[in-house]
Amino acid sequence: MRRGGAFRRPEMLLREKLWHVSWSFILLLSMVAGVGFLMLVSAANGNVDPWASRQMVRFGVGVGVMLVVGLVDIRIWMKHAYALYVIAAILLVLVELRGTIGMGAQRWIDLGFVQLQPSEVMKISLVLALARYFHGANLQEVGRPVFLIVPLLMVLAPAALVLKQPDLGTAIMLILSSGGIFWLAGVRIWKFAVVFSASVAAIPVAWNFLREYQKQRVLTFLNPENDPLGSGYHIMQSKIALGSGGLFGKGFMLGTQSHLNFLPEKQTDFIFTMLAEELGMVGGLALLSLYTLVLIYGFAIAYRSRSQFGRLVALGVTTTFFLYVFINIAMVMGLIPVVGVPLPLISYGGTAMLTLMFGFGLVMSVYVHRDVQIGRRGAWDSG
Amino acid sequence: MSNNRDNDRSKVFSRRAALLGGAQLALLSTLVGRMYYLQVVESSKYAMLADENRISIRLLPPPRGRIVDRNGVPMAVNQLNYRVLVISEQTSSLEATLKALSEIVPLSDNDRARIQRDVRRRRSFVPVTVRENLTWEDVSRIEVNAPDLPGVMIDVGQSRHYPLESLGAHILGYVAAVSEQDLTGDPLLELPGFRIGKAGVERIYDLGLRGKGGTSQVEVNAVGRVIRELSRDDGEPGAELPLTIDLDLQEYTAQRLGEESASVVVMDIHTGEVLVMVSTPSFDPNAFNRGLRADEWKDLVGNARAPLTNKSIAGQYPPGSTFKMIVAMAGLEAGVISPEQRVFCPGHMSLGTARFHCWKKGGHGAVDMMAGLKHSCDVYFYEVARRVGIDRVADMAKRFGMGEVTGIDLPGERSGIVPSRKWKQTTLGQPWHPGETLVNGIGQGFLLTTPLQLALMTARIANGGIAVVPHVARDRLSADGHMKPRPAPDFPPLQVPKAAIAMARRGMNAVTNEPGGTAFNARIKDEAIRMSGKTGTAQVRRITARERETGVKKNDELPWKERDHALFVAYAPEDAPRYAISVVVEHGGGGSAVAAPIARDVLTEVQRREQARAKLAEKAGSTRG
Repeated sequence: MRRGGAFRRPEMLLREKLWHVSWSFILLLSMVAGVGFLMLVSAANGNVDPWASRQMVRFGVGVGVMLVVGLVDIRIWMKHAYALYVIAAILLVLVELRGTIGMGAQRWIDLGFVQLQPSEVMKISLVLALARYFHGANLQEVGRPVFLIVPLLMVLAPAALVLKQPDLGTAIMLILSSGGIFWLAGVRIWKFAVVFSASVAAIPVAWNFLREYQKQRVLTFLNPENDPLGSGYHIMQSKIALGSGGLFGKGFMLGTQSHLNFLPEKQTDFIFTMLAEELGMVGGLALLSLYTLVLIYGFAIAYRSRSQFGRLVALGVTTTFFLYVFINIAMVMGLIPVVGVPLPLISYGGTAMLTLMFGFGLVMSVYVHRDVQIGRRGAWDSG
Repeated sequence: MSNNRDNDRSKVFSRRAALLGGAQLALLSTLVGRMYYLQVVESSKYAMLADENRISIRLLPPPRGRIVDRNGVPMAVNQLNYRVLVISEQTSSLEATLKALSEIVPLSDNDRARIQRDVRRRRSFVPVTVRENLTWEDVSRIEVNAPDLPGVMIDVGQSRHYPLESLGAHILGYVAAVSEQDLTGDPLLELPGFRIGKAGVERIYDLGLRGKGGTSQVEVNAVGRVIRELSRDDGEPGAELPLTIDLDLQEYTAQRLGEESASVVVMDIHTGEVLVMVSTPSFDPNAFNRGLRADEWKDLVGNARAPLTNKSIAGQYPPGSTFKMIVAMAGLEAGVISPEQRVFCPGHMSLGTARFHCWKKGGHGAVDMMAGLKHSCDVYFYEVARRVGIDRVADMAKRFGMGEVTGIDLPGERSGIVPSRKWKQTTLGQPWHPGETLVNGIGQGFLLTTPLQLALMTARIANGGIAVVPHVARDRLSADGHMKPRPAPDFPPLQVPKAAIAMARRGMNAVTNEPGGTAFNARIKDEAIRMSGKTGTAQVRRITARERETGVKKNDELPWKERDHALFVAYAPEDAPRYAISVVVEHGGGGSAVAAPIARDVLTEVQRREQARAKLAEKAGSTRG
């Protein structure tokens, strides 16, 4: 009877799905995470505790999540895309309320076993929701400005909430990754130009919305040497660590800047600096190559997918991943202001890791169901 | 239709995805470029900055050189200074720890306030001094209670200690905290708690005693905590400074002087080595290192006997009759008198309307040069001085080291005064009065000398007119701040007729060794170590004509401040001179009664010890041979 059902709905068996899983992609992600474990061991002066061990457990859980998500039918993800988005939005409002009621800015909800960051959930939900929205749209519809009002609101509402937390980094990532999806969906270049010009015009207004420390960070970025013991300290020390690493580095666990605590947050946001200090430019390039490979996988999977939803999800997640990488590394190298974005799969931390693995699970789902055709309104309605 | 649309969409997607991928690659390339710029192009700059970050250079103060006497007996040493420190981050509660600690070493509220302030100012792992100069007993009590005193540690530093306390204090001087005007740019001086020599040889030889500071390169972390030592340069410990002082003699002399306010200088007439330099009363230099209390300072400064002054080099006294050799030699050199020529002494001499008295009321009768010196006849020397004239007397006095600093290696030496016509004209703006020449002829008037100058004069007479220069350190300080051995003495002759010097010596011999000499009673009876000397009694008040009629007051009847200074200069052994001595007892009375016996005892002790040492060396030499 199951066979008959499968015939009616061309569904794959679990065994087939497992056969379709890209194990090499998982291996690649494990290699990146492995680099992270090594650096966390170094950050703890050669100890697995307290960071590396917990990070390994998280990655293990992450791989499990990724597989489960990857094996779930892509149409199910599409079907529940809006629901997920709404849940993420509600959570965001909830933290916002709690943050107002409680003391100071709180970005997470404590679920007991893990701290859930709604902004992280939103990164993925937004990709899903936008992919679903644009999945059903042809180029003519996309060409109509009115058609873009809904997705724009879908982006700007959570971005505003996140910015209010305040979490500039995530807000920027939400906007930029959505921009990528808009672009891939076929939105005309001049519309981007209009939005961009409007944003630039809005900068003076937005400046007033920034918190004092955010303003400080931007000012510090513009001239870090001005205040070497204050806010510019992190950037200066990070640059010193990187530069003094040279071509081949100071050696594993021998980074003076990192191990003498001149480098702030060496196990989280500034872990790339430690890597580049200890393993040099060679080590940095090796990691960048691994990241580039991940991106290539993402693009390849998107190209292989036969559904617009799948393609948009794959590149939406890949672009989010790219933004993590670029913003973090550019930040520690002093190219952009310090915005507190972790280095994906490497920085110590649970939420970003789970978010990304969930995202890669979706990419995997796109890959596993690459040949599934999805109708305009999604689900199982068409062939 | 739907398929076409899908195809269009697909094409747009493919093209745009390629552009997106390209953009991402381009952005990643900027990261690579930035990495290249930081890690290759600017790498050396950042490597230097990283080292500046982590490497901190600390100064290591060198141990100060010891000061020892001529036989190697330590006079200034470094003592371990136990300090108790508290590291606030290791205490459970600073308040509780201090309370527990105060039951062992008493802490005043001031101390507590200072400690709390220091703790607040510094990082929590930096030790803060609670108390310094702990006794060994305190240290052991703290160590025993260590389990109850978390964060408390004992630290050992070095502090200067003068084991002999007041003995030799004027020569040694003392060390004290560095003041603003002492700063020379040597970073050592800026170390907290560093001490430099402020007086005596501690000051003169400070550079040599101080040594060169070492450095320790340590790796520190971002909050300044020392992680490890990278390299260390121990620097140069301060050099040991041997003095020419003989501590045994110094001690003997100080005891011999007792409560007197006095100075005794004994020097080697050939080498200029000062064996004894005692100035009483003295002070305890340890007090200066520790820091003087206000009342202690007031006592020292307010004392009429000036314990802080080294009277041997900074006390200025009229030389009295000890100056008469100079006048005699000036007379002989000028040819205005011969040794045999006699002068009649009726007990006074008149010049114009003024009358100048001899110390002997009835007069000495006809006196030649030998008798003049032997009896210290004032009238004889009035006459000689009158004939020679003040300028030639001054010239002779200067050749024997008066009127200018001797150049001894001690700070604060004074030059004394040798008056001349020119001197009076320039300093007082008055012409010379002939009567002043007479007064000057018996070592009174404007004339002032230091005890060291008197000893030097005697040495130069005893060595036959060699311009010996005194010193107290066996080594000298070279220009680069190192201690070097002193070169062998090579002093020029004084250009004084040998016969004149021989006459002075014969006169001095008569003073001590011929019956009737003013110091015959204080002579050294042992033939081998006999001394030749000259008494002096320097008047510090004016005796009026009226007092002379009613009878000059005896010293006992006068207040201390108005009594005469007792002086005596001598050399020994008489036949082959080696040592010169000057004794000045402030307001002590007569030179023959007070100063000469002191000189006798000290010179006897000096020579006895030398004999004993020679015997010992002979014995050691013969047993070895």
